[in-house]
Amino acid sequence: MLAKRIIPCLDVEKGRVVKGIKFKDLIDAGNPVELARMYNQQGADELTFLDIGASYQSREIMVDVVEQVSSQVFIPLTVGGGIREVADMRRILKAGADKVAVCTAALKNPNLLSEGAEIFGSQCIVLSIDAKRDGDSWSAYKNGGRDNTGIDAIEWAVRGEKLGAGEILLNSIDMDGTKQGYDLELNRIVSESVNIPVIASGGAGTLEQMYEAVELGKADAVLLASLLHFGEFTVADIKNYLREKGVVVR
Amino acid sequence: MIAIIDYGAGNLKSVKKAFDYLNIDAHVATDIEQLQSAERIVLPGVGAFGAAVNRLQESNFFDVIVEWIEADKPFLGICLGMQLLMESSSESSGVTGLSVLKGHCERFQTGKVPQIGWNCITNKKDSPLLHDIPDATYFYFLHGYYIVPEDTGCVAAVTDYGISYASIIERGNLRAVQFHPEKSGDKGLQLLKNWVELC
Repeated sequence: MLAKRIIPCLDVEKGRVVKGIKFKDLIDAGNPVELARMYNQQGADELTFLDIGASYQSREIMVDVVEQVSSQVFIPLTVGGGIREVADMRRILKAGADKVAVCTAALKNPNLLSEGAEIFGSQCIVLSIDAKRDGDSWSAYKNGGRDNTGIDAIEWAVRGEKLGAGEILLNSIDMDGTKQGYDLELNRIVSESVNIPVIASGGAGTLEQMYEAVELGKADAVLLASLLHFGEFTVADIKNYLREKGVVVR
Repeated sequence: MIAIIDYGAGNLKSVKKAFDYLNIDAHVATDIEQLQSAERIVLPGVGAFGAAVNRLQESNFFDVIVEWIEADKPFLGICLGMQLLMESSSESSGVTGLSVLKGHCERFQTGKVPQIGWNCITNKKDSPLLHDIPDATYFYFLHGYYIVPEDTGCVAAVTDYGISYASIIERGNLRAVQFHPEKSGDKGLQLLKNWVELC
């Protein structure tokens, strides 16, 4: 049976992993290759790198990071942040990424999804949706969660699949950083509305909440950042817990 | 020397990188001339069956690969490179594949399609490819179609995704895997190493 995936997410700026990486046993905790290797050893199913540097220089360095990581760590690698056009996708995929994640650029130009899927295949294109609850529905936000587009997040997910996205990375702006658990309703509705995998992101604080994301939120994978980076849990801890609960993990 | 066939379908670099990491001499071949010194051929690929057949024909790789397999020289198909061995695929009706195996490819009818993620294999044969790879090992899969070979004797492992389908085949020196060993962590690297050292 297909296993549920645990995906560490690393924020990269100018070639260095930033934000809350605290590992005593790592000589250089800001080194993307070293962290990638460590998470691979813990049993991570994939890795996601987000380029948070806004500069052209940061993007150039990201290509080099992808080149290095993909030469040493042999699990799927997704890269997001600053991908605006097909040429950006091509550079990152050529460097060794398996998938690219797009958020703001796809909201501005939805055809980017279909163009990317046509050239590289749907399996390469991840639609990242930053969703915020608005009464009984959710809106899709752009520019790092700052600007409301007024677009319904569920409809956007459905449209994204039709345009060619092969996966949905679903971030809850409301829950992000709260450690109060995932937005299960959002996850479940999106997962039941599309026929492509949905990766739950934002809000995890406990192992049980990760179990809920998979069982109640119907997520195919969970994306984790600070919980892993601060060493609160290892990927292996999460998998052992889920396995005991009867979830299929690798 | 290993030749990784580049017919313009998908990311071959990760296969090359995996061999580099293992210190195994592998080169990407963009035309048939570059196959002259090859001892082994890898046929990777993602994308659609029909488009891949067209590209194999345009680049003249098509006939060379068929002859190579008929001569029973070492060959490894990966993902779409496995499906291309069949006669046809419901993905691209009317298109004839390499046809070195009798049978066709079908689309998954259950679950999310394509299948994306880690799934396990059930070993059916004592294949050298599976040396040090225990039963129920997980590999990374990414595909919407699966092969249905007429001769099930070539099936070395199966995987369950709503139905049980062939995920590794082996017939003489012809071998193919539906998953991506180059993206399946340590066990994937082990399989590639096994292919070079033991097959």
